[in-house]
Amino acid sequence: MINTIWIVLMAGGILVAGFQCLGLDYSSAEGLVMNPSFVPLTVLTKGLFDSAKASVNLAMGLIGIMALWLGLMKIAEESGLVKLFARAVRPVMVKLFPDVPPDHPAMGAMVMNIAANMLGLGNAATPLGLKAMQELQKLNKVKDTATNAMATFMALNTSSVTFIPATVIGIRAAANASNPAEIIGPVILATGVSTTVAIIAIKILQKLPKYQMPKVEVEVEGKEV
Amino acid sequence: MFQGVINGVSAIAIPLLILAIVGHGWYKKVKVYEVFTEGAKEGFNVAIRIIPFLVAILVAIGSFRSSGALDLLTGLLSPLTSWIGMPGEVIPMALMRPLSGSGAIGIVSELINTYGPDSIPARMAAIMEGSTETTFYILAVYFGSVGVKKTRHALPAALLADLAGIIAAVVVTQMVFG
Repeated sequence: MINTIWIVLMAGGILVAGFQCLGLDYSSAEGLVMNPSFVPLTVLTKGLFDSAKASVNLAMGLIGIMALWLGLMKIAEESGLVKLFARAVRPVMVKLFPDVPPDHPAMGAMVMNIAANMLGLGNAATPLGLKAMQELQKLNKVKDTATNAMATFMALNTSSVTFIPATVIGIRAAANASNPAEIIGPVILATGVSTTVAIIAIKILQKLPKYQMPKVEVEVEGKEV
Repeated sequence: MFQGVINGVSAIAIPLLILAIVGHGWYKKVKVYEVFTEGAKEGFNVAIRIIPFLVAILVAIGSFRSSGALDLLTGLLSPLTSWIGMPGEVIPMALMRPLSGSGAIGIVSELINTYGPDSIPARMAAIMEGSTETTFYILAVYFGSVGVKKTRHALPAALLADLAGIIAAVVVTQMVFG
């Protein structure tokens, strides 16, 4: 899908610029007039090179801020702050994932993943999330079908429970925003809305007949088809 | 009042978090300096790793924008989006966000470069970036890693959440900065 988007943006731009080179003018009194010029294509080329240059400047500005967050995260891990956090949110987790035993390793991994997401550390979140999925799969009776717990975990993840959007604050800081962190409050509000919708949607949708977990026999029939 | 609270939360969050992490580390007798530098080493790798994605997406968007193609598409969609208060410049962000994390970062950066970090489009896109996720990527990677093919209600729920997040980002941006 990203391939489609990319080619549409890239080729679409070039084709539109090429078309504008024809310089068609419909508004002229003499009907359709053509003023061919290469200006739209030279503007396009300059735009392409400028964009390429901007992306590297951007990444350079990001190095220091990423290093700061990853360093702090490492301290939080070593000091046990992450584990402490896991224990604090346990009551909520038990409500959200009634099918998962509270002491199952899946709970710990999910909490750590969500905590990393809250701090906006996507790269730290992914390994923990994958671990959580493996643990949830151990509780799954129909191995090629998502359980309710998995779907809930995915909905939480894709709705992004973020408190500190570190990357985007970093980008804003690198671009000399007057107050790079001012978006934290709005982000917490918006993410609260999307997460609430995610949880409501998942709890309602999982009751629909269409999304029922197959019985083991039904599953076998499904494979024959 | 509302704006004051939001700004207050934004101002306090990071200093407080850093103090809590460092303070707790010190209290637990972690060698905070050594451990910090050990973790920070990764920062360089992360920043370098995203360069190819940034170049790919920034150049593609650059093509789409500098050719005037974006103006065409924005013109088509704007009656719909202006109804909820979303400026046309942010439309590509709303379309890209569920598809590609690096792509969305590229668009945020692009808007920041073009309109300045304190403009409404740049702020709105930054808030969208923080409050929604790369749904398709996460579902593919996470379910793929354990061999789950039938995802049941996970995708529709996730897309509903994305839509809610995007609309909420628009509304909140207009309320706080509009």
